[in-house]
Amino acid sequence: MAKISVKVDGVTYSDDVEARMLLVHYLRESLGKVGTVVGCDTSNCGACTVHLDGRSVKSCNMLAVQADGHEVTTIEGLADGDTLHPVQQAFHDCHALQCGYCTPGMIMQATSFLKDNPTPTEHEVRVGMEGNLCRCTGYHNIVRAVLAAAGEGGGSQ
Amino acid sequence: MSALSDRPANPVVGQTIPHESAGLHVTGQALYTDDLTVRTHGVLHAHPVQAPHAHARITRMDTEPALAVEGVVRVLTKADVPGVNDAGVKHDEPLFPDEVMFYGHAVAWVLGETLEAARLGALAVEVDYDPLPALVNVKEAIAAERFQGATPRMERGDIDAGFAAAAHVFSGEFEFAGQEHFYLETHCSLAMVDESGQIFVQSSTQHPSETQDIVAHVMGIPSHEVTVQCLRMGGGFGGKEMQPHGFAAIAAIGATLTGRPVRLRLNRTQDLTMSGKRHGFHAQWRVGFNASGRLQALDATLTADGGWSLDLSEPVLARALCHIDNAYWVPNVRVNGRIAQTNKTSQTAFRGFGGPQGMLVMEDILGRCAPLLGLDAMELRRRNFYREGQSTPYGQPVKDADRMGTCWDQVTKTGEVERRRNQIATFNASHPTSRRALAMTPVKFGISFNLTAFNQAGALVHVYKDGSVLITHGGTEMGQGLHTKMLQVAATALGVPLSTVRLAPTRTDKVPNTSATAASSGADLNGGAVKNACEQIVDRLRGVASSILGVHPSDVRFSDGTVTSVGGGQVIPWGDLVNKAYFQRIQLWAAGFYRTEGLHWDSSVMHGSPFKYFSYGVAAAEVEVDGFTGAYRLRRVDIVHDVGDSLSPLLDIGQVEGAFVQGAGWLTLEDLRWDESDRPSRGRLATQAASTYKLPSFSEMPEVFNVALLERAHEEGAVYGSKAVGEPPLMLAFSVREALRQAAAAFGPAGISVDLASPATPEAVYWAVAEARRASEHGHVTEGGTGVVPDQSTADLRPAHPRSEQATNAATAGV
Repeated sequence: MAKISVKVDGVTYSDDVEARMLLVHYLRESLGKVGTVVGCDTSNCGACTVHLDGRSVKSCNMLAVQADGHEVTTIEGLADGDTLHPVQQAFHDCHALQCGYCTPGMIMQATSFLKDNPTPTEHEVRVGMEGNLCRCTGYHNIVRAVLAAAGEGGGSQ
Repeated sequence: MSALSDRPANPVVGQTIPHESAGLHVTGQALYTDDLTVRTHGVLHAHPVQAPHAHARITRMDTEPALAVEGVVRVLTKADVPGVNDAGVKHDEPLFPDEVMFYGHAVAWVLGETLEAARLGALAVEVDYDPLPALVNVKEAIAAERFQGATPRMERGDIDAGFAAAAHVFSGEFEFAGQEHFYLETHCSLAMVDESGQIFVQSSTQHPSETQDIVAHVMGIPSHEVTVQCLRMGGGFGGKEMQPHGFAAIAAIGATLTGRPVRLRLNRTQDLTMSGKRHGFHAQWRVGFNASGRLQALDATLTADGGWSLDLSEPVLARALCHIDNAYWVPNVRVNGRIAQTNKTSQTAFRGFGGPQGMLVMEDILGRCAPLLGLDAMELRRRNFYREGQSTPYGQPVKDADRMGTCWDQVTKTGEVERRRNQIATFNASHPTSRRALAMTPVKFGISFNLTAFNQAGALVHVYKDGSVLITHGGTEMGQGLHTKMLQVAATALGVPLSTVRLAPTRTDKVPNTSATAASSGADLNGGAVKNACEQIVDRLRGVASSILGVHPSDVRFSDGTVTSVGGGQVIPWGDLVNKAYFQRIQLWAAGFYRTEGLHWDSSVMHGSPFKYFSYGVAAAEVEVDGFTGAYRLRRVDIVHDVGDSLSPLLDIGQVEGAFVQGAGWLTLEDLRWDESDRPSRGRLATQAASTYKLPSFSEMPEVFNVALLERAHEEGAVYGSKAVGEPPLMLAFSVREALRQAAAAFGPAGISVDLASPATPEAVYWAVAEARRASEHGHVTEGGTGVVPDQSTADLRPAHPRSEQATNAATAGV
């Protein structure tokens, strides 16, 4: 067991975790943050994407101990109270979701991507989101949502 | 307009609104079955013991070593089944097998305090196997004549006379792959025991009632002691129609034996290696055309690769036979179907349910034969469209057949097809190493369950004293937006704002005896039931309102939360009227029921009118193929699709887009590979992760993607004039495959016919390009002579029985 201290969605947690515990399992099973989901187990689908110190990571692809001393933001900590982040609002309004299982990861990836590139072209959105899979939507509305969020200043938040 | 299809003024149906759970999804608040685990106290975790053979007899099993592993609580084996050891409805799917039937077959399950303990326990279970010969592809099964289930035959006209009169007769074979569902949420069940031994299972299932049936018969208890709830699914696509039952039953056994909640969630590898997929098929065909390219005769034998057990293979096969005609009139038809038994996962429902497989055979035939007829493939297809008054080979009149032509013409126009074809010709003439092509293909898809009995649904609508409304219905939500549509239907039928209505999760103790949410029928069936329940309540409220307003009950109008007489005047707020009705002791809730009228189907002769109506659509796809590698780009897609008068346009367009991309995945990317070697790993699924099984991603999206819904498309026979949307647009992706074929052919001399494997991966396209360049043969289509003669069943035909005999099973379970 290893002792970690990690700030998740604004709250600092200190826990003993097994050294091999994945970050996604720590979030779900230890903290009950089930908004972050497991999709493929092989870091292909990005459903488990969260922010580590403001940048997107696949939380199935890193260990909980690697988050020690860092700040994690999950989909549950993205909104400002009742005010949705512009990317969340855009996914909502553009119907950029169906079953919703990929949505948390998509949104966390999109917010990170827009931070790096606040005014992307459609092609840049496709390339920037390439590491996240969706089985329902065919991606069209996801691209629309990311572009719409960029237009609403989603990259600056 | 019918009473079912007529819309009132200012309906909530037809409005462009987001998914009802969108707010929960974008904040991570939406719950899936496995999310309940952390909220449940004392959960045990289940892990399978998977067999490392494609076919073997179990000679010894020792579970003691597992019990010695720290944290292991119990090992479940066949001896623990209190009722029937069967996970299906065909009595051919033992929950705990004596004979391993596919590589990865679960032979026992270990329950542990943690998943890790259960996993280590599963490794410790000792099992000895006596390996048996295994058949791992459909051709091996055909050669060995290992078939299972029904051998239906669909016939019309005089096949011999049809061929005799044909100007051209071609024949060939075609084998094509299945498809993994790859719903992002894997199979999951969480079972617990209520007081007095009743079982509550939360399951990611498209068919809660059948999950309930199977749990009951495995447990040997009546259905009223089992409740199944499905909050929502993270995708289903047919993969959770039949497959969840066994997993739910394992969890139920575990919960009953230990008294603790049991969670069974498959990891991705387990899901891929244990659960069924879309059937791959093998087809032999002979086809006759007259001198002008009109289809005269089709003789085909379709063999579905069913995997180890029947599952839904019989109805899938029936739908394949019923869709081999796709959009085309063929006067003389004989199609035989059979199901190979192979040592693979039990192949199952997948969006389209055999329809895509049947239609793919026809589209492949047309794509291969068009050059041999000297016709443009687009012209060949258009020329053979059904016309009003013609019937399908199984005898159903093709209602609204002209809509195919309407969709086609609209795509031709809005897609600027003629202009772009000229551009493509210019491009191809000036680019030696790449070729472009544009193909258009139609879809005609029958809506209703083939089995008439399944075309019924129920709903429960509660109006509370404060005027708020709670609805429940028999359908499940897997992202398709069914719940959103049902809220819209209820709000429309009650004449209240959408915000007045809430929807509670699907549960078998709310609405019993439901059909699977499948066959694209969720909104048609459950919408009919919700509407029926709401209308019962409205009719009762009319009486209350009429006495207040002083008008005849039929002159009372309910709209947007207010109740008035037809001529206006006094306004009663909805909540006030409800409250008054309560004090008059008026029943404020209702159970609704719906059965689709006018269906009949004789599966023994494959004849009747099994479908309420047909859905239509047309797609045009343009591709560019690189001649060095076979790599390709999807440059543009234009679609016009018929969803009737849409219940929810934003959702319907989303369904069309998603289905198209999923279909394109099946036909171009997704390449299931089983180990067909003679090594000990024979039969092992080699593509058991997203790292080796290529799913459509952002980079395969069409560069330009235009989707439009057909306008003025009212459907008399369905709720508020709408049509089903879930499955039909998947088959629009044939346009991509045919465009790839034509682009590959464009590397060869004009008029060459090329074979194209399915999936048309870049490698497969490369081989098609190579074939076109050789230009020595027209693929493997034979003209005239003996050619391929489709196998005819020598034994007596075994008619396709209704797929579900669970009524009988339930009887044996003690009801």
